[in-house]
Amino acid sequence: MNKTLLANIDDPRSADLDFYEQNGGYESLRKALPMDPGVIIENVKNANLRGRGGAGFPTGMKWTFASGDPKFPKYLVCNADEGEPGTFKDRPILEKNPHILIEGMAISAHALKSDYGYIYLRGEYPDARVILEQAIDQAYEKKYLGDNVMGSGKKFHLSVHVGAGAYICGEETALIESLEGKKGQPRLKPPFPVSVGAWGLPTIVNNVETLSNLPLLIRIGPEQYAAIGSPECPGPKLYSVSGHVERPGVLELPMGTSLKEIIYEHCGGIKGGKTLKAVIPGGISTPVLPHDKIDCPMDFVNMPKHGSMLGSGAVIVMDESVCMVKVCLRAIKFFEHESCGKCTPCKDGTGWLRRILARIEQGEGHKDDIDLLVSIAGNIAGKTFCPLGDGTASVVQNFVKHFRAEFESHITGRGCPF
Amino acid sequence: MKKEVMQNDLDNKSLFSPVSLRKRYPTLQATLLPALYEAQKRFEWLSLEALEAVSKELDVPKATVRGVATFYSMYKKHPMGRHLIQLCTNISCMLFGAERLVDIIKKHYGVEAGKTSDDGRFSLVIMECIGACGTAPAMLVNTDFHENLTEENIIKILDEYK
Ligand SMILES: Cc1cc2nc3c(=O)[nH]c(=O)nc-3n(C[C@H](O)[C@H](O)[C@H](O)COP(=O)(O)O)c2cc1C
Ligand code: FES
Repeated sequence: MNKTLLANIDDPRSADLDFYEQNGGYESLRKALPMDPGVIIENVKNANLRGRGGAGFPTGMKWTFASGDPKFPKYLVCNADEGEPGTFKDRPILEKNPHILIEGMAISAHALKSDYGYIYLRGEYPDARVILEQAIDQAYEKKYLGDNVMGSGKKFHLSVHVGAGAYICGEETALIESLEGKKGQPRLKPPFPVSVGAWGLPTIVNNVETLSNLPLLIRIGPEQYAAIGSPECPGPKLYSVSGHVERPGVLELPMGTSLKEIIYEHCGGIKGGKTLKAVIPGGISTPVLPHDKIDCPMDFVNMPKHGSMLGSGAVIVMDESVCMVKVCLRAIKFFEHESCGKCTPCKDGTGWLRRILARIEQGEGHKDDIDLLVSIAGNIAGKTFCPLGDGTASVVQNFVKHFRAEFESHITGRGCPF
Repeated sequence: MKKEVMQNDLDNKSLFSPVSLRKRYPTLQATLLPALYEAQKRFEWLSLEALEAVSKELDVPKATVRGVATFYSMYKKHPMGRHLIQLCTNISCMLFGAERLVDIIKKHYGVEAGKTSDDGRFSLVIMECIGACGTAPAMLVNTDFHENLTEENIIKILDEYK
């Protein structure tokens, strides 16, 4: 498959506007501007584009809700918070191919009749900030942004809003709070951001990769787009692979490529010829899979049928030497640290889980600790304000489900066997 | 930044939140995050004095400014060393020995996680994932990414920061 999202990123000029234009850049925007906004939204629906931020929500449906709301202005927000551990797929777009995102946002803004956009960029990507701001300046100069986009009369202003280190700000309502200059604590939904978002106005939040799909979608049209990868949720997909593989990195592949193929063909198999033990397939919030359950198509529809989720497509590969209790503990430490403190099951539950996991790992676990973990997780799941709590619960539940014997041997053996 | 200089600057009323920034948002409070970064640059850390100055300029209550400053981990709530080491220890980095690196840094520069070395050269902050998992372990020193760290190369890299 020809790369689109990561096209030419090995060329040192890839972030430059001239270079992007020479390779067909901004032609899709030129094509989209005379199109009726409603027709573009129909195309996005027919292409079956689903959000790449983690939840896989159908983009066309989100856009229909937003454009159906009578309030103006509408804000278009790109979620570049990329905080889910294991995820580094948006970074090459932001640093090496920024104009595909800007073009995608300009097309989306036209479809959504949005005049103002923000890129909410995590504070931990200082290079991306410089590159994006330069790219935005270049785009203003060439009138791809501004009061009169490419002479069409369409107005679209875009700027970068830099976060300050808070995972929860990747959650769209927390992100909106943060954009407004507040603590990043999630809002109660409904109302959804598409009708009541930033400053009370309709706000469309989409992931970097989602918006970067628009130039391709417009260029080849919904039919051809829908023919790439999984029929149920097509298109190109970025997978960021880390851990014990020979060749880690970000891959652009058709949506639905099997996890096994990703690991063994595209990443060269397990590092040092060791044996695979487990894979976290979609960022640390998604359920871990044991080595014999990786024959699954990596897309939003099929992963749940195989006991996990696509999430952000962040594949973390672990070989036989890795202690599952230790990994689970590290994951829960993360959720405890990032809990925003708004609701009790998450704020207190994450700490409680962490303390139990820590004592199991240290060889001081009690014999009913495993059941206690499962019970606490069950009391967090579905009872928190936002999905951070659900993620926490499911991490614990799935590590215990697949590796219960390993937890038990920590307790009975009074220590970590690794 | 020196206090006398500050006073002059503060009189211009858009020190932390310049007009070019304000234009981007429908409310002044929306400039609070960037304004705190600016204040942090000028005061070196977000002292009470710094927070009050921001509160006054943006006309946002002090409690709100303090709440925001403490919510986000990248704002400096106390004075820090000349160089800020932000080392990731999340899972992909942990798999390649990030925890050992914490010990090595501690031994070599006398800086504990969350603290500053006595000579004021380094502060060490343990980070969650910084999006460099494919080239783990990774750290940011100030705003520079360093990836594929090893027990051997980490000291060589850090020695460059005087
Ligand atoms: C705790 C939490 C963290 C999230 N972090 C991110 C993130 O870093 N980037 C992202 O695009 N979406 C993230 N999301 C998903 C967003 O809430 C939202 O669904 C997404 O940005 C919508 O864009 P999409 O439809 O294009 O996927 C997160 C959600 C939760 C609950
Ligand atoms: S886990 Fe360390 S950079 Fe992602």
